[in-house]
Amino acid sequence: MDLFEILFWLLTIMAISCALGVVLSRNPVNSVLFLIATFFSISGHYILMNAQFLAIVNIIVYAGAIMVLFLFVIMLMNLNADVEPQKSRLVQFAGIISGGILFLVILAALRDARTHGTLEREATDIGLIKNLGKTLFQNYVLPFEISSVLFLSAMIGAIVIGKKESVHPVVSERNPHQN
Amino acid sequence: MPIQYYIFLSIALFCIGIMGTLMRRNAIIIFMCIELMLNAVNLLLVAFSKMFNDPSSQIFVFFIMVVAAAEVAVGLAIIVMMYRKVHSVDINILNRLKH
Amino acid sequence: MTDLVYLIPLFPLIGFLINGLGWRTIPKSIGGIIGSLAVLASFAVSLGIFFEVRSGVSKTVTLFDFIETGSLHIPLAFQVDSLSALFLLIITGIGFLIHVYSTSYMHDDEGMVKYFAYLNLFVFSMLLLVLGANYLVMFIGWEGVGLCSYLLIGFWFKNRDYTNAAKKAFVMNRIGDLGFLVGMLLILYHFGTLTYSDFFGQLQNGNAPVSNSTYNWIAICLFIGAMGKSAQIPLYTWLPDAMAGPTPVSALIHAATMVTAGIYMIARSNALYNLAPAALHLVAWIGCATALLAATIAIKQYDIKKVLAYSTVSQLGFMFMALGMGAYTTAVFHVMTHAFFKALLFLGSGSVIHAMGGEQDIRKMGGLGKHMKITQITFLIGCLAIAGIPGFSGFFSKDEILGSTFAGNKAIYVLGLIGAMMTAFYMFRLYTLTFTGTFRGTHEQEHHLHESPAAITIPLIILAILSVVGGYVGLPAVISEHHMLGSFLSSSVTNLGLHEMEHSTEWMLLGISTVVAIVFSIAGFAANRKPSFAPNTGLSKVLENKWYVDELYDSIIVRPITAFSNILDRFVEKMAIDGLVNGIGKTVRWGGDRTRLLQTGQVGFYIFMMVIGMTVLFAISFFWIG
Repeated sequence: MDLFEILFWLLTIMAISCALGVVLSRNPVNSVLFLIATFFSISGHYILMNAQFLAIVNIIVYAGAIMVLFLFVIMLMNLNADVEPQKSRLVQFAGIISGGILFLVILAALRDARTHGTLEREATDIGLIKNLGKTLFQNYVLPFEISSVLFLSAMIGAIVIGKKESVHPVVSERNPHQN
Repeated sequence: MPIQYYIFLSIALFCIGIMGTLMRRNAIIIFMCIELMLNAVNLLLVAFSKMFNDPSSQIFVFFIMVVAAAEVAVGLAIIVMMYRKVHSVDINILNRLKH
Repeated sequence: MTDLVYLIPLFPLIGFLINGLGWRTIPKSIGGIIGSLAVLASFAVSLGIFFEVRSGVSKTVTLFDFIETGSLHIPLAFQVDSLSALFLLIITGIGFLIHVYSTSYMHDDEGMVKYFAYLNLFVFSMLLLVLGANYLVMFIGWEGVGLCSYLLIGFWFKNRDYTNAAKKAFVMNRIGDLGFLVGMLLILYHFGTLTYSDFFGQLQNGNAPVSNSTYNWIAICLFIGAMGKSAQIPLYTWLPDAMAGPTPVSALIHAATMVTAGIYMIARSNALYNLAPAALHLVAWIGCATALLAATIAIKQYDIKKVLAYSTVSQLGFMFMALGMGAYTTAVFHVMTHAFFKALLFLGSGSVIHAMGGEQDIRKMGGLGKHMKITQITFLIGCLAIAGIPGFSGFFSKDEILGSTFAGNKAIYVLGLIGAMMTAFYMFRLYTLTFTGTFRGTHEQEHHLHESPAAITIPLIILAILSVVGGYVGLPAVISEHHMLGSFLSSSVTNLGLHEMEHSTEWMLLGISTVVAIVFSIAGFAANRKPSFAPNTGLSKVLENKWYVDELYDSIIVRPITAFSNILDRFVEKMAIDGLVNGIGKTVRWGGDRTRLLQTGQVGFYIFMMVIGMTVLFAISFFWIG
């Protein structure tokens, strides 16, 4: 067992246990923190696979921006463990069982599938920013540009949806001429 | 390092995400579980990219992140809106889809 | 000059585009001038081409490839030879005169600019028809003139009868067009080409791998097309109804040009018809029957334009008789002279109608000669020409037709002679009732009577001159050895071996025709000096009602089809198809009502069902199929 494998197993255990923590913790704030930890461990996996760019983006975008957004919303709503209603035991049990069955089915399905490739340990440079940038701007320029439009529309959508409702309906109710 | 390890890890994370969506009633937690599932898929894509020595799938991971970010922005806005209306994020209250 | 042939259809097309696009804004007088100038320009180019063709030029001008698929090769090409050059002159020359006439005749009409747009489109289509170097281009023009005929018959579309007449013409033409189309496809199937030169070349080599019956079938199919367009039995009933259109339209489309398209087509396909004797027989007999039937009807009509319309149908029948004898140049000769005098007669009747304030019933006319001298004299010249009085154009062409039938089929000759008798009779009946005697209309109408303006009378005078001298291009063999028109057309039309006649026989035929024409003209004049319009009985009543052919068609074709359609509507449409469609709708709605209960609206439940479904799909694909 060399350093590489030690790191792999360490990150794997950390990812799975933190993911379980997300699902199982009662307090939403804790869930968010567990999810951030999960993302960090996944970023660790990326680094192990020489995908430095994605590792950094994962931390910045997911752990940084997105999760902060979640945390922000949760704190805004003042949610905590007491507020959150729990599903009945039966439903929770059914959820665990069906998730587990799915896990087993996919595992069983993949057991015989021809997936016996191996990952080379040697460092490759495909995950470096220079390479990815070339691929991105040579082969995927159009999707890249379209994704900017997607962002713009998402931004506008979020503003429109999250905006406070106008007060006009109330005004019309108080219209003195109707009395 | 056999590729199966990463496949199993991804499936495990994915299924944990599914269990979360089934077990919890809090819309925000469900949302987070969906993010977890997306990350499981990302991880698998990166592993395949490394195996086939092909940067394209890393680009796809990049695009998944882009879409996820947009999705979170809109999704959270919807949740905030819903909370403002019904003062709850319990999805069991959201049975309006029936009508 | 021949390379500029594309200019001929181009000018009317431009005129059509200008007038058609701007008919709301262009002032009436400008629209008329544009329309007339466009045709005049075409006439000028046609003249140039005519003289070049006379000096022996004959060529095909290819503009561009129209259809190019596999072995099929159809160019948009124009055929410049003696036949098309002659038709070009007739169309653009008479077309120009009628345009000029229309500027005055239609002056009070709101849609005058639109009218000129239609007229130019018609001239364009007609030119395309005669210029085309293959059957497809001819067919395009063929359909184009059909469309314009429809548009112009129904020009006063606020009157329902007129639009019905337009629809009738359109439908009748469609029936014929189907025959033409089938003939075209047969040619394409057996010979692999639609281009005249290729097709006729294959026919003349005699090595085409088809049987004689195929020639006959192709020829008969094309003749069905000609039946529709040139108003022959059984498809002739649209032409009298087509008189609903403005009178210049009747003169241009339904007398001088469009209805002769069928004759042009058969004359153009002479190489084919020479190989198809059965089809030629059919053509001759149909022509003969039409000539007789229409002439009998014309004797008892009271509408001035209806008489002329039936006379046109009858004259077209004469042309088909000549075609059926294989005397194509004779038919074309009669097309030319007929175009002159029939256009003259129609325009003259238009002048009369103009003066009468729209009245078309000859029972209410009479004595118009006192008020409109020019119209009277020109109309008289037209009558003399069509009746076949010696010295006028109709005499020469009609005599040539009768001569060819005498040589070919004596029975048809006798029937044709009877037709000629009736022609002389009904034309002079028309003339006498209209222009001589005393006026039978109202006082206001009599007060209103006047000679028409110069734009109307000048075309009449020109056409009258042409009606007199037009026949001298084809003098009979006994008078002159040199048949100008025949030798001109001989480069593009091959007559089926005409029998040389003894000079004495020919003198005899000439004598018979002359006597018949003069006697029956006088008879027509004398019989109607003192007209009485008692209700007709017996045969006269049948004739007045056009042999009840319209009623016959109505009862044997229209009513059964309507009844059949009603049955289909009631049982197939309402019960079967509607039932099926509505049944599907009801089933889906019922099923939706039931499955709707599955939807609880609980998001959690939906996710749960999704996961279960996903698991099942994975399991199926990997354990049973994979």
